[in-house]
Amino acid sequence: MAEIKALKLAFDVPGANFDRAGEASAKLKRTLQQVGVPAEVIRRVAIGSYEGEINLIIHAGGGQLQAEIYPDHTRVIVSDQGPGIPDVKEAMQEGYSTASEEARAMGFGAGMGLPNMYNCADAFEIQSKVGWGTIITMDFKHQDR
Amino acid sequence: MKLDEIVQALQLTALVPATVPSVEVSGGYASDLLSNAMGQAAPGQIWVTMQGHPNVAAVASLLNLAGVIIAGGASVAPETAQKAQANGVALFTTRLPAYEVCGRLYALGVGKP
Ligand SMILES: Nc1ncnc2c1ncn2[C@@H]1O[C@H](COP(=O)(O)OP(=O)(O)O)[C@@H](O)[C@H]1O
Ligand SMILES: [Mg+2]
Repeated sequence: MAEIKALKLAFDVPGANFDRAGEASAKLKRTLQQVGVPAEVIRRVAIGSYEGEINLIIHAGGGQLQAEIYPDHTRVIVSDQGPGIPDVKEAMQEGYSTASEEARAMGFGAGMGLPNMYNCADAFEIQSKVGWGTIITMDFKHQDR
Repeated sequence: MKLDEIVQALQLTALVPATVPSVEVSGGYASDLLSNAMGQAAPGQIWVTMQGHPNVAAVASLLNLAGVIIAGGASVAPETAQKAQANGVALFTTRLPAYEVCGRLYALGVGKP
């Protein structure tokens, strides 16, 4: 079988820097446009990666956003070595949030980030352990919904 | 309805004018919760919000919105306009309360089924 090479991107997302949130997602979006991924798919990737980026900033003290672009799908990996999530099931509930007052005042912390990621991706996986960090993997088929 | 017609009708102040003023606005969305707008606003819509920080420009750009109206005379950070400009996001302000902005948009037919 022929080897399928992925186009790989990696961005460091610094913690507690609200103003630069979305820059990594914007670069990923531009790359996907250049590669010719359908607009509807890019939109969903952008939603997932932006929510991941924001969570790195407001909950994890920063982390990494990685993307692997294959011919038929894109994988987005959001990882951090932050505090981790004690109860993932609870955190996945719409409306659940531990965001700070500062973050809430800016309109973050509505507890919709993880549900948005789950809904926009074709596959969603979350690994998290307290004191270890969190890794979220989202796959997006290059196919309109 | 076209974006420039909306700007004219509501007498909006353009902090960042549209790159294509005659772009057709497909509808509207109102929210001050960023994740809510992120999950629900559709491409080509105009977003009405009271948030004036740079992430509004980031979200609008990622979603390919037609523009953002910051209502109620809410303050807008200078970085927001810079980010909007850099990302080609049309950004407007108005002293009209968000409720009235939405009401007038709807009366103009924006987003009416
Ligand atoms: N990377 C992360 N590290 C630690 N906790 C996280 C992380 N991502 C999410 N969480 C936890 O899950 C909750 C829900 O996340 P989310 O649905 O994105 O809502 P919000 O960010 O608005 O709080 C957060 O409030 C936080 O407690
Ligand atoms: Mg979140």
